[in-house]
Amino acid sequence: MAIVNIEKVKITGLAACVPQFEYNNNDYDLIPPAERTLLINTIGVEKRRMAGSKITTSDMCQKAAEKLFSEMNISPSEIDLVIFVSQSRDYILPCTAIVLQNKMGIPMTSLAFDIPLGCSGYVYGLYIMGSMIQKGQLKKGLLLVGDISTMSTSYLDPSTFPLFGDSGTATVLEYDPNAEQIFFNLQSDGSGWEAISIPEGGTRNFPKEDSFILKEVMPGIKRNRFQLHLSGIDVFNFSLREVAPNIKVLLANISKDANDFDFYLFHQANKLMNETIRKKLKLAPEKVPYTLQKYGNTSCASIPLTMVSEIRNELQEKNLSLILSGFGVGLSWGSVAIKTDKIVCPEVIEYPNLGDKIPLFKITDNT
Amino acid sequence: MIIEEFIQKIEAEFSDMEQGILHSESVFREVMNWNSINALILIALVDTEYDVILTADDLRASSTINDLFTLVQSRIS
Repeated sequence: MAIVNIEKVKITGLAACVPQFEYNNNDYDLIPPAERTLLINTIGVEKRRMAGSKITTSDMCQKAAEKLFSEMNISPSEIDLVIFVSQSRDYILPCTAIVLQNKMGIPMTSLAFDIPLGCSGYVYGLYIMGSMIQKGQLKKGLLLVGDISTMSTSYLDPSTFPLFGDSGTATVLEYDPNAEQIFFNLQSDGSGWEAISIPEGGTRNFPKEDSFILKEVMPGIKRNRFQLHLSGIDVFNFSLREVAPNIKVLLANISKDANDFDFYLFHQANKLMNETIRKKLKLAPEKVPYTLQKYGNTSCASIPLTMVSEIRNELQEKNLSLILSGFGVGLSWGSVAIKTDKIVCPEVIEYPNLGDKIPLFKITDNT
Repeated sequence: MIIEEFIQKIEAEFSDMEQGILHSESVFREVMNWNSINALILIALVDTEYDVILTADDLRASSTINDLFTLVQSRIS
């Protein structure tokens, strides 16, 4: 059972970057206005940021990290470990973390690799990096977490297109013998792998010529086989079934009550889903911040982005007890109980628009 | 659990629906302006009120409000 803990590691800094280009779901004229309003009010996504084709996830993570280094007054030469958590890497190979090691001036004596997780990625990233730092041989790690999901959604698929936004974040983790323990409950269920998936392009289903052809997969939904498929009801069922028990088991294992925590940062996927989970855990609304309305579902970036956007002042000025919980693609999910101690947290950074056409306007109907 | 209470809760949740319009034999896809978002709202309501999680298959297998009610009732622990 993956109920695990880490000692002697703490978060010392956190930054998040989003693209400047904003898309408003009120403009999504593929669905009638009444349905748009229902979607915005129920799922909670009104605006979101889109990277376009010239900005990558790693560009945004790098910008966030450089801002963070300058605010923390640390040099890239101090970094021993770089992990890039993302499902939108720069190249099929090599790992993006290694490319970034060089681009950012991080020493060749550091280790660097990628973790291709989505919604659960920030929680897993904290565990994996924390586990590596806690012995004290590696002192300072750079955890880069983000995704460009808008590149994988079809404009003609209302079950995915209005939901996602893009973001890249950077977290600095450091060895500290006096740090409070961090506790995790991590879970996986591969039986649900198809619920959120891109079917072609890997080695199971090699890319073919017709992989790029838009097809009507069900009434009103057109996408190609490189684009994201999402079974909304299945994911909704999974989240209602698994997330609250995962957190309750974590709390029981550390003998804590739900009220012992200042904030709960949930993966930002769906307001109705998160509100239902919030009620199951009997949490006050003010303990559960949201960024769905302004950034949408930003995949693995959603937890750190929400922290920067919504509780930045508290993170900088106070000691906080937090529960972070990520759940989705895999299916993979996990929660962490973590204390923060006045961390450096600059405001959300915007990545300037590089002037390209946003790909959503390239609509070609091949059916 | 009685069906009148089940119907009341659904009518209260779907605020744009006229009160008293739902009956046990109402075909919910026709009466409730059915779409994928309304499906999620119904699932969330049933989970919150009865601690029962309706799946996509459950919804496909159901046609009337009474079908849903019977299903939920059979799963209440």
